[in-house]
Amino acid sequence: MELNNVASLAYFAPELLLSGTVAVVLLLDLVSDSPTAAGIVAMAASLVTFVLVAAGGVANAWLFNGMIVFDSFAFFFRLLITLATIVAIWMSLGSREVKRCDQGEYYAVLIAASLGMFLMAEANNLLMAYLSLELVSLTSYILTGFLKHNRRSQEAALKYLIYGGVASGTMIYGMSWIFGIAGSLNFGMINGALTHSGTGASLGVFIALVLILAGMGYKVASVPFHMWAPDVYTGAPIPITTFLAVGSKAAGFALLTRFFYPAISRLAANGSWQALAGVDWPQLLLIICMITMTLGNLAALQQTNMKRLLAYSSIAQAGYALMGFVVLSNDGIRAMMFYLIAYYVMDAGAFLVVMIIANATGREDLDAYRGLAWRGGLVPAVALAIFLFSLTGIPLTVGFIGKFYLFAAVIRGQFYILAVVGIINSVISLYYYLRPIRTMFLDQPNGDEGEVTAEAWNYGLMGVLAAATIVLGLYWGPLIAFADRSLKFFTGPT
Amino acid sequence: MDHLLTIITFVPIVGMVLILLSPKDQHNLIRWIAAAATLPQILIAIYLYANFDTATTAIQFAEKYPWVPSYHINYFIGVDGVSISMVLLTALICFISVFASFGIEKGVKGYFALLMMLDTGMMGVFVALDFFLFYIFWEVMLLPMYFLIGIWGGPRREYAAIKFFLYTLLGSVLILLAMLGLYYYNPTRTFDMTQLAANASSYSMTFQRIAWIALFIGFAIKIPAFPFHTWLPDAHVEAPTAISVILAGVLLKMGTYGILRVNFGILPAASHELAWIFLGLVGTINIVYGALCAMAQTDYKKLIAYSSVSHMGYVMLGLAGFTAAGINGAVLQMFNHGTITAMLFLLVGVIYDRAHHREINGFGGLASHMPLYAGMTGLAFFAAMGLPGMSAFISEVLVLIGAWQLHPLMTVFGASAAILTAGYMLWTYQRIYLGPVNDKYVGFSDLSARELFTLVPLAVIVLILGVYPHAVLSLLNASLVHLNQVVLSAPGAAVALAH
Repeated sequence: MELNNVASLAYFAPELLLSGTVAVVLLLDLVSDSPTAAGIVAMAASLVTFVLVAAGGVANAWLFNGMIVFDSFAFFFRLLITLATIVAIWMSLGSREVKRCDQGEYYAVLIAASLGMFLMAEANNLLMAYLSLELVSLTSYILTGFLKHNRRSQEAALKYLIYGGVASGTMIYGMSWIFGIAGSLNFGMINGALTHSGTGASLGVFIALVLILAGMGYKVASVPFHMWAPDVYTGAPIPITTFLAVGSKAAGFALLTRFFYPAISRLAANGSWQALAGVDWPQLLLIICMITMTLGNLAALQQTNMKRLLAYSSIAQAGYALMGFVVLSNDGIRAMMFYLIAYYVMDAGAFLVVMIIANATGREDLDAYRGLAWRGGLVPAVALAIFLFSLTGIPLTVGFIGKFYLFAAVIRGQFYILAVVGIINSVISLYYYLRPIRTMFLDQPNGDEGEVTAEAWNYGLMGVLAAATIVLGLYWGPLIAFADRSLKFFTGPT
Repeated sequence: MDHLLTIITFVPIVGMVLILLSPKDQHNLIRWIAAAATLPQILIAIYLYANFDTATTAIQFAEKYPWVPSYHINYFIGVDGVSISMVLLTALICFISVFASFGIEKGVKGYFALLMMLDTGMMGVFVALDFFLFYIFWEVMLLPMYFLIGIWGGPRREYAAIKFFLYTLLGSVLILLAMLGLYYYNPTRTFDMTQLAANASSYSMTFQRIAWIALFIGFAIKIPAFPFHTWLPDAHVEAPTAISVILAGVLLKMGTYGILRVNFGILPAASHELAWIFLGLVGTINIVYGALCAMAQTDYKKLIAYSSVSHMGYVMLGLAGFTAAGINGAVLQMFNHGTITAMLFLLVGVIYDRAHHREINGFGGLASHMPLYAGMTGLAFFAAMGLPGMSAFISEVLVLIGAWQLHPLMTVFGASAAILTAGYMLWTYQRIYLGPVNDKYVGFSDLSARELFTLVPLAVIVLILGVYPHAVLSLLNASLVHLNQVVLSAPGAAVALAH
């Protein structure tokens, strides 16, 4: 069903709550002197949002005259994005860096970014897609540059802005091509137009897709639109880096999937998909996927700054997730969705440990981790080891299960070259994921690394994430079933 | 008595939890918890041995529960003749390793906790009958091994640990791909190894060959087969004594066990076609090349490490021919090599603990003031050389008898390497234990009670199996003959024979 603006509002409660929270937090900042009030309000709002999203369920409807679609797929990503927001706020509350900033604005902008990600996951119209993506981008620029006295942070924000500006400009140009060819910006209409267009328009569509990919690829940090990621991840406050790495990336994948699958592809028998109008975007993305993971992994080998190492690692991880995207099957998309959850748990965990160490020592380089296990930091060291092993894909962790499903989809789709590239990358990645582990456990401290103090607030979240990494690595049945249920796109009343 | 295999697999995990809960400085408490956790494994292993029905080829003591039903993954464990012998070996070696580790003083808590985890991983590999479960255990073992070598190892421990990890992970991911292939190209969609084996004929020959080679490389790295053996000397030399014992005693056997269980069991036609080159030829190279490398070493431990490469070659050669003698000999050799090489590494550890170096040329005349030690080493060396009356003699002869029917030339090379083995063993013995007494080492005490406690059981087994190999062979025979049958009667096998 398609609902008008007024009727849509009933289904839009979580988004409305987020919008309201932005205003409340900003106002609160004017009247309250408490440094943490804004954070606590933001935290409470995201928790309520989570409940609202979860309780709201799936409506299977178009809202606001088809601008937004409200289906299981959107439901899945809204939950994931809310979880990413909660983690980012939790980390912000425990971060030394953030404490020195203007808290009110910080949380207001963060919540606004979360709202943008929601809309990215729900967009059913290229205009909506563009607007939501821009909302996320603009807020991300601000958050990245939030450490006003830190030059790296400023530089990162500027780079992010320039790359982002170019990418979104390119994307909107591509969208105009699509509008010219299909006569509509609505995903359903585009699908209908391409179904009947035959292969005559395939070159035009292909050019449009390449241009649009600039914007979407930029959000998931896939090659060749990844260049901003290392600098931004390194320069931004760590909670924001985490938010960009897990939240922004998930939203990017949501939009990417919704555009490339239900909008410009057709579901054939046995859960496999076919590209419409003879456009060979799967081949293009296959190559992008292989280059993304290889480049991310190779570049990570040389890094000595933990944030930068994890930045390149997250480029490689996006490449792994793309493996599920390019095999043109529901199996693949489901594996990708599962992997994004896994990635959320383990990558947020890894960044959290980096933050704990940065809080205690003020350092982010690998040397700060030397002998961590032997100088009072055994707990964070073990946790980081768990997260890094999970990112590598070693069993007993959720990362392994994620990779297992990805490779299963790849093998089932008979993409053998992709499978081989994938496993070689897994082995390469082990080398640099082991480096911090080696530094923490195998090396002895020099004595100049600084003390690591236990902080209950951060350790609590770290414990939850580490436990989740292992528990989901042993018993993931319900989670994959949830991903399976969520893999339904609403494309019209049946 | 229904869950014996689950208990034998997970009792070390209970030990691990208890160790993690104990106070950090209670070293003795931690050591004895570890010992107490491995003792039940021995007892259960003996019980299993006594109650094992040697007449049947069926899976025994099986347990099966659904784990992730949507993907047909089960918790399915059980033993047949091949795995029970490995379960026995694992229980024994792990128990001994705990006592061999009593000398560890640094990070005792972490060390024994990891050792327990390693124990569970190895035991799990041998009892798992669901491929997914097998894979989990297979990989889980890498983590403790990495830390055990990397933290408690010798000077180049970091290099050795990461090399070990990278090599084995490369092998593991190949196994993962092959496993997924087996799952998807099988009409019943299952990870159950017995069912996969039953549906062996449903795979196309091309797929079988690719999967076989992928699996083989994965397992060959563990064996380690030439040219994937280079991690082994590094890992062995740097690892602490007890870990070397486990590496050589159990870990290497997982490679050949995997080949038997997965390559032979699930892909019999490809096995029949490819075994002679990948197992026969590579095995022969292992035997000769390993022996030559061993001869060139001046580090006592590295020499023993290369002798392992050589002796594991016999296992591969025995597997290659698909004759009853060969395959029985190969699995018996796995067991025998496990016990003998464990002795050898323990003996290296004894002298290293006292002299803090392992230069073969730096010793001399140790026999005159460490008679017990020299005697025990003599026994182990003769066993390793395959002297009649010792266990390895039986298994190597069986292997060579079996191999003759595969290819006489390989057999000739394999058999001749016994001379090389005798050469480097005796030469080493002469340089370390005989000759002029090196004054530096006069004050060394002979074997302690704890060292004897770890060595004597192994020595007794080596001697018993030398005169009564039936004790182990009777376990193996039914299962192995059946497996041979499966491979030889596989569709396509007849074609391969004709060439």
